[in-house]
Amino acid sequence: MTDVRRVVVTGMGVVSPLGTGVSDTFDALVEKRCGIDRIKSFDASHFTSQIAGEIEGYNVKDCVPKGYRKAIKVMARDIELAVIAAYHAVRDAGLRTKCLVDRSEVEGGVDVDSTRFGANIGAGLICADLNELAGALATSAEHPDATGNRGFSLEKWGSDGMTNLTPLWLLKFLPNMLACHVTIVHDCQAPSNTSTCGEASSHLAIGEAFRTISRGAADLCICGGAESKTNPMGLMRQSLLGRLSTDCNDRPAEACRPFDAARTGTVVSEGAGLLILEERERARARGAEIYAEVVGFGAGANASNWLKPQSDGRAVALATSKALADAGVSGDDVDLVNAAGVGTREHDASEAAGIRAALGDRCREVPVIATKGAIGNNGAGSGAIDLAMTIMAMKRGVLPPSINTREVDPDCGLNVVRGDPIDSRADVAVSVATALSGGQSGAIVIRRASE
Amino acid sequence: MTRRRVVVTGMGWITPLGHDLEGTWQRVIKGESGIAPTTIFDGGTFPTQFAAEVKGFEASDFLGGDYEAHKDVSRQAGFALAAARLAWKHAGLGKAASLDKSRVGIYLGGGEGPMDFDNFTAAAVEGWNYAEDDLDTKRWADVAYERLRKIVEAEQDPNMAAAHMATMFGVEGPNFNTLTACAASTQAIGEATNIIRRGDADAMISGGCHSMIHPFGVTGFNRLTALSTRNDTCVTASRPFDRTRDGFVLGEGAGMLILEELQHARSRGAEIHAEIRGYGSTADAFRITDIHEDGRGGIAAMRTAIEDAGVKLEDIGYISAHGTGTQENDKIETKAIKGVFGDRAKNVAISSVKSMMGHLIAAAGACELITCILAIRDGVLPPTMNYENPDTACDLDYIPNQARKTAVTTCLSNSFGFGGQNDTLVVSAFND
Repeated sequence: MTDVRRVVVTGMGVVSPLGTGVSDTFDALVEKRCGIDRIKSFDASHFTSQIAGEIEGYNVKDCVPKGYRKAIKVMARDIELAVIAAYHAVRDAGLRTKCLVDRSEVEGGVDVDSTRFGANIGAGLICADLNELAGALATSAEHPDATGNRGFSLEKWGSDGMTNLTPLWLLKFLPNMLACHVTIVHDCQAPSNTSTCGEASSHLAIGEAFRTISRGAADLCICGGAESKTNPMGLMRQSLLGRLSTDCNDRPAEACRPFDAARTGTVVSEGAGLLILEERERARARGAEIYAEVVGFGAGANASNWLKPQSDGRAVALATSKALADAGVSGDDVDLVNAAGVGTREHDASEAAGIRAALGDRCREVPVIATKGAIGNNGAGSGAIDLAMTIMAMKRGVLPPSINTREVDPDCGLNVVRGDPIDSRADVAVSVATALSGGQSGAIVIRRASE
Repeated sequence: MTRRRVVVTGMGWITPLGHDLEGTWQRVIKGESGIAPTTIFDGGTFPTQFAAEVKGFEASDFLGGDYEAHKDVSRQAGFALAAARLAWKHAGLGKAASLDKSRVGIYLGGGEGPMDFDNFTAAAVEGWNYAEDDLDTKRWADVAYERLRKIVEAEQDPNMAAAHMATMFGVEGPNFNTLTACAASTQAIGEATNIIRRGDADAMISGGCHSMIHPFGVTGFNRLTALSTRNDTCVTASRPFDRTRDGFVLGEGAGMLILEELQHARSRGAEIHAEIRGYGSTADAFRITDIHEDGRGGIAAMRTAIEDAGVKLEDIGYISAHGTGTQENDKIETKAIKGVFGDRAKNVAISSVKSMMGHLIAAAGACELITCILAIRDGVLPPTMNYENPDTACDLDYIPNQARKTAVTTCLSNSFGFGGQNDTLVVSAFND
């Protein structure tokens, strides 16, 4: 095939417990700061894990046109985070989208052809806002019985209880509403998609966006993911699944220890990462700063179990091998690996085995960066934040350490960057992600932009 | 440049009108209704008290020895596994011993599993502090730990149906789930087609599954006033394009197709049922609640799909409309079809099988694509039932109330989702 359209990253927007903006989050990682703390947004004292990576004090209003502010009331937190990250991504890319023009932040009109601007945003199973839903459900309770317990009356709920919910209630929780709001705010009318595969969502979304631009169906795509698990239901679900660290409630900054021999579980978080992918010639023509080139994508599935990671990490291995082959590089060419490293015993061991299988002997030397110790696991948005951090590491020539990884588990056998940041030039990097539930896996290969 | 061609070699569905391919198709052609009073939960006081339920379904009837391993799946994932098993068998893949399973993937438009309603509401009510009018998260956590169950929570994730399918068939290729509301499975099939075209896989199991016939699902749509409330005449409540339409009827089910690269299908001697020719996906980028009044996004999706297919407008003999039976959708979809087809719009036969099956939400597009393929095969176009009162805003040929014998070679299938997600597929009879 001739005339392959090349795809580059020209903008990144990140909202994480470490800060808003891709540089703030990266700088904090390099400075070894931790975004995980005791949960402040609700009383978590009766949960087994009482810590999270929460984002405080953000303002969605500043990221949408004035006329769109009323729509904020139908945004779940996951959607808000996506909208904020999208705003930062388009600004970072130097694009004049409808949002920025409407907000009078840029001179001149819109400089993006809406019909060539797509979106592919990873989303999680958006948790119900318990304060809102429980408050409405409480109106349909039975009268307390002798022990003070109340039952729930479906009869009352159907006849009038449900009217305590806003008419647009359902629209807060549809996973495609992240992409919906972002495409409205920035006027993206080209191919739009929503990937819902847990922690792999961002990678699958970015990989598909890469393909969409490659095949000529769009010139620009906003892609990545967002999710918030820092709410009672999100925390409860991860707790029931037995994935959370429960021994560090008094030392939250030390709780999540990717690939560490003494790791005990992951920590819930919230955040968003959205990247602007752009066809290379278009980016060059407008003189855009090019962060990196996306050169390979691969995906694979765990075909042995839907909840239990494979001991040989075969899904990760398959995705990674396919991505490397797609990029036309071998394991020996890889200078930097970004692993998901959520910090649970079995997921980290599985992922590491998969990476080792794909990279072979190169694994003994190639540095691996892992961010979850500092920012926790938010699910669908984690992968895009990771990829953004990998791109920053490549651009700055600095590899941030995994803050709580002291002694790498021999069962993992990866050269995880730990202790202090390392100065290192990387030309080819691979980033991997895998869904804790479901096992869907994706890998993306990026290359330093040629100067 | 020749691109890899993608053909359909197997189909299976679990629908409100039946669980087998041919019997269900015959009921569609006869114009039967799958709609009846809701039995899944007691919704006797809800504004809408009926639905198009899948009836008499037992996953064990379809999964045989695999049932035990997958018995804890959500209702919709059970539909998915059964439909996929039927499609797999239909494609003759059970015998394909030499299949390279790292080159076989899955792309679903799978919905979320239903919430654990009784236990969730119990925790919510018990955790509510009536004196403070606020949630007591300590009390809530106590009750939730006691009542919520790990597996039921885990199975709600929308990617779980695809994950179960990967294990059941042992397929390790690209595994995706998209959840773009009512457009999801049309989107999934379009994306799966592109995955095969670009060489990332040789075969894909693709389609969708969903059940929102549960108290929160009906609550959500009732609050949006999107559902028909014809409780007294529910069998005929789904009335796409009829002037008196008052909303859609919630359905449930799964539709699955086996998509294969042409040479891959041929080399194993598979029977080819159709070819996926074109796919278009766009966003309205307009409003979260309303469709763009000119049908801008729908027009762009149809045009993109037709261009991708390389067919002429006059080649398209049938449109499977999104046709939900809401005032807004049917009016704007009609406008969008006119926008694409111009003077030809009046000559294209259009229908909505939602008039019989209800709206299968994420699973709708896959089941509707299967009806297109069967329509091409048999030269019979399914009707739009309950069409009695013409609407001046909907003035095209909707194949009213009776199936029509017409030979067609190419069909277009539309799915439009909440939030302005538009997806269109073009499918043709396979022709060398």
